[in-house]
Amino acid sequence: MSRRTRLVLGLGSLAGLGALLVWAVGGLPAFGHPRGPYADLAPRIMLDERHVANAVTGITFDLRGFDTLGEELILFVAALGAAVLLRALRTEGTIKAAAAYEERRGPGTADALRALGAVLVGPTLLLGIYVVVHGALTPGGGFQGGVLLAGALLLVYAAGQVAAVERVRPVSLVEVADALGAAAYTLVALAGLVFGVAVMDNVLPYGTTGSLLSGGTVPVLSVAVGVEVTAGVTLILSEFVDQMLLRSRRED
Amino acid sequence: MSVAPLAVLVPVLAATLLAATSPFVARRRLAGVVAVLAALASAVLCAAALAEAHGDTLVVWFGGWEPRAGVAVGIDFAVDPIGAAMALFVAVLGVAALVMCIEVIQVEDNLFDAIALVFIAAMVGYCLTGDLFNLFVFFELMSVCAYVLVGYEIRKRAPLEGSLTFAITNSIGSILLLCGIALLYGRTGALNLAQMGRALAEGPADGLVVVSYALVAGGLLVKAAAVPFHFWTADAYAVAPTPVGLLLGGAFSELGLFGLARVQWTVFHDVLAPHEAELRAILVGLGVLTAIVGAVMCAAQHHLKRMLAFATISHVGLFLVGIGLLDAAGLAGAAIWIVGDGLVKAALFASVGLLNDRFATVEEAELHGRGREIGGIGVLFCAGALAVASLPPFGPFLGKTLVEDAALTAGYAWVPAVMVVVSALTGGALLRVGVRVFLGRGVPAPEDPHSARAEGDRGGAGEREDEASLATVPALLWGPAVALMAAALAWGLVPGVVAAAGRAAERFVDVHSYAGLVLDGRPLPAVSSTLHGPGLTGWLYAAASVAGAVVVALAALAGVRDRAPRAGLRALETLRGLHSGRPGDYAAFTAAGVAVLGGLVALAVG
Amino acid sequence: MLAYLVAVWLLLAGLYGVITSRHLVHLVLCLGVMQASTYVLLLAIGWRDGGAAPIYADIPPNTPVVDPVVQALTLTDVVVEATVVAVLLALTVQAHKRFGTSDPDALGALRG
Repeated sequence: MSRRTRLVLGLGSLAGLGALLVWAVGGLPAFGHPRGPYADLAPRIMLDERHVANAVTGITFDLRGFDTLGEELILFVAALGAAVLLRALRTEGTIKAAAAYEERRGPGTADALRALGAVLVGPTLLLGIYVVVHGALTPGGGFQGGVLLAGALLLVYAAGQVAAVERVRPVSLVEVADALGAAAYTLVALAGLVFGVAVMDNVLPYGTTGSLLSGGTVPVLSVAVGVEVTAGVTLILSEFVDQMLLRSRRED
Repeated sequence: MSVAPLAVLVPVLAATLLAATSPFVARRRLAGVVAVLAALASAVLCAAALAEAHGDTLVVWFGGWEPRAGVAVGIDFAVDPIGAAMALFVAVLGVAALVMCIEVIQVEDNLFDAIALVFIAAMVGYCLTGDLFNLFVFFELMSVCAYVLVGYEIRKRAPLEGSLTFAITNSIGSILLLCGIALLYGRTGALNLAQMGRALAEGPADGLVVVSYALVAGGLLVKAAAVPFHFWTADAYAVAPTPVGLLLGGAFSELGLFGLARVQWTVFHDVLAPHEAELRAILVGLGVLTAIVGAVMCAAQHHLKRMLAFATISHVGLFLVGIGLLDAAGLAGAAIWIVGDGLVKAALFASVGLLNDRFATVEEAELHGRGREIGGIGVLFCAGALAVASLPPFGPFLGKTLVEDAALTAGYAWVPAVMVVVSALTGGALLRVGVRVFLGRGVPAPEDPHSARAEGDRGGAGEREDEASLATVPALLWGPAVALMAAALAWGLVPGVVAAAGRAAERFVDVHSYAGLVLDGRPLPAVSSTLHGPGLTGWLYAAASVAGAVVVALAALAGVRDRAPRAGLRALETLRGLHSGRPGDYAAFTAAGVAVLGGLVALAVG
Repeated sequence: MLAYLVAVWLLLAGLYGVITSRHLVHLVLCLGVMQASTYVLLLAIGWRDGGAAPIYADIPPNTPVVDPVVQALTLTDVVVEATVVAVLLALTVQAHKRFGTSDPDALGALRG
């Protein structure tokens, strides 16, 4: 198909699709009045029965915990997949050489940027851990905290410490952590079967609302997901950083 | 306590452990054996779930979250006989694929097996779930595993391209599906299939219902590779490593149809009931279009894997006709046919993998006559080609006759004739290849200017390329091929499979009892089915398609292409040109397809 | 209603971008825009007028809150789809290395 034909077909389809979608959203309940009963029941169940203050985290890891297992596995496969796909055309040796070259060349970034990056890494890590662990109490949880923690690594790279990036992430450790996070979630799910009524049953004591150990398995699963997301996103980021290293070396 | 969730969790656990040990203990054979065992365990658990169901539906609530006053608060697995049978089928194909992986896939880590296990687990979970968002999650998981597995050995050009177009097109499908789910959640406030159906039935079939149906069906049909969403299929299936291609061609697309059937019945059946006849016309029409386009493209191919991909597309069209008849008989026929055809397709993929392993090519022209050394596989291949053309007593024959009977009962008298033609074309094309490759007879295939070849891209990815031909064909390759073919034969011969499928289909379509069981805990009433085996018309149609296949093959071998009318060849070239390999084109067709589908359903309902 | 229309617009704009793109990274990011449209749609559906955030740390248990179910769906989706985008970008990087171009229309080896 020529680009012209494609454009015509595309615009025509989008017009039709647009009309259909506008027609459809007209049938939704008025904005601001969501239709229950799931929306009304879910947060109350989480609070009353599981003592979880943050209903969203409770739903993610308990009520709809099985979905989260699936989502976590998507992340697991995607992280491994991206890593494998990027590794295909390079060897460990060239990366080490490129990193050493980068270190010899000296930092290409401003001192202020590097200083700021170095200073921010600590607080970011702390914030990430806080968000993961307090998932049941305040907005947060494994997914959000995991991304924050992986962001700390990106800060290190942005601060120009490429070699530090290499030292910080022995690849095998990150892959293992990724897999172990996913395995831990699966094991907790199975523990529900063994110790409780069904798979994904919340079998730890529920504690009191507002304390760190409330919600039974919810904080445990939050930590498992936090480990997995950190490792997965770190793996992806470091593989892309490696590609940058290779490219900048070639260009010089 | 049901074992159904374990069928998903066991392979997942095995996969994570394989991945965790990958940097330390990467012994290929050991990883492969562990993977096969995990898949086998999953298959056994699926069979146990099927037996546990006893022909009824079994409901398992995750986390013990039972429904409250008819409102589902948790996620459930609703294991009905058809779902459990599909899950078992997928697991069995998975075992065969993983056995082949041990021999075929040459990588230094355990990650391929880990991802393949997650792929299988996702497909099993997809078949068993009773929650629409959970279905979507498994749908995404299946897709992502497939993107990675298809592009795994990315050193060659074609797998890279195939993986890209695959990933882009299927991502669009997923996004459309999620939009549809969001709309349905907005209307019904539920994510559970049964509850959604109940809530939707309380309202009118207005714009939201029509469009959400089009979006959900569109997303699922992208995976199912129905026309015009099918363009990615040949690109991806052709470049995937053989065991992955086996799973894709045998199970992946068929699961798209299964999802459509499941959602169609549990969610949309009541609300769209007054317009059933029009909906039937749309789905049957779509199925027939897919079948014909797939068959024509299949016959025009000379790259064996692409040919199998188009044969898959064509047969997906036929299954869609069975499902689109919107009754239990058509559904039962489609279910039997999907399993039978899937087994045959998988055996054919395995045979092609054997050829690739031995001769490092899957081009018909290059393989001409070389298959004589492995004549046993030739017998298998030709038997498979004829089974595709519904040779009795293989499984596909049984399924086809049931769908034909259902079509005749529903008043679609012209459909069986179309089915005969399509089966003859696809079976004939495969038979022609079998004769050319394994007997060396007939006019040799032309050098195909369109073929997917570039710089050492030979047939597939991650597969051995040493030119030294083997004294014997490795057992790990022909073993699964023979076993799958034998299973396809057995499937057609199992006594009582028709009656069981009939009852299972009655169960599937009885959505009120389903909702009663899932949401209120009401036990299911007994079902009976009047479905019977093939009658005289069935045998006659089968004879016609087998004869047709032989005629098509002979005509091709005699060089009919050179004498074909110019206009026909030009039309064929235009059709082939549409399959351009460009993601922009495919995206445009997907958008157009969903818009047209939405328009048609709107007309049907309005 | 406006929120829903924003979601529809994002979906259409993203799909237009995918169809007409000349650069694979642009194409993948347009897929990201389409994903964003689904999040906006989900979250807009869950909004409750006068509803508080579903965190019961300092509000009485009976206050009306916004729908937390769609929030749970969205937040897992955001992280997960980001990694899927990573897979696509990895394929793009390799395509650029192999073919020397990032033009999606240059993918043509698989014609027919």
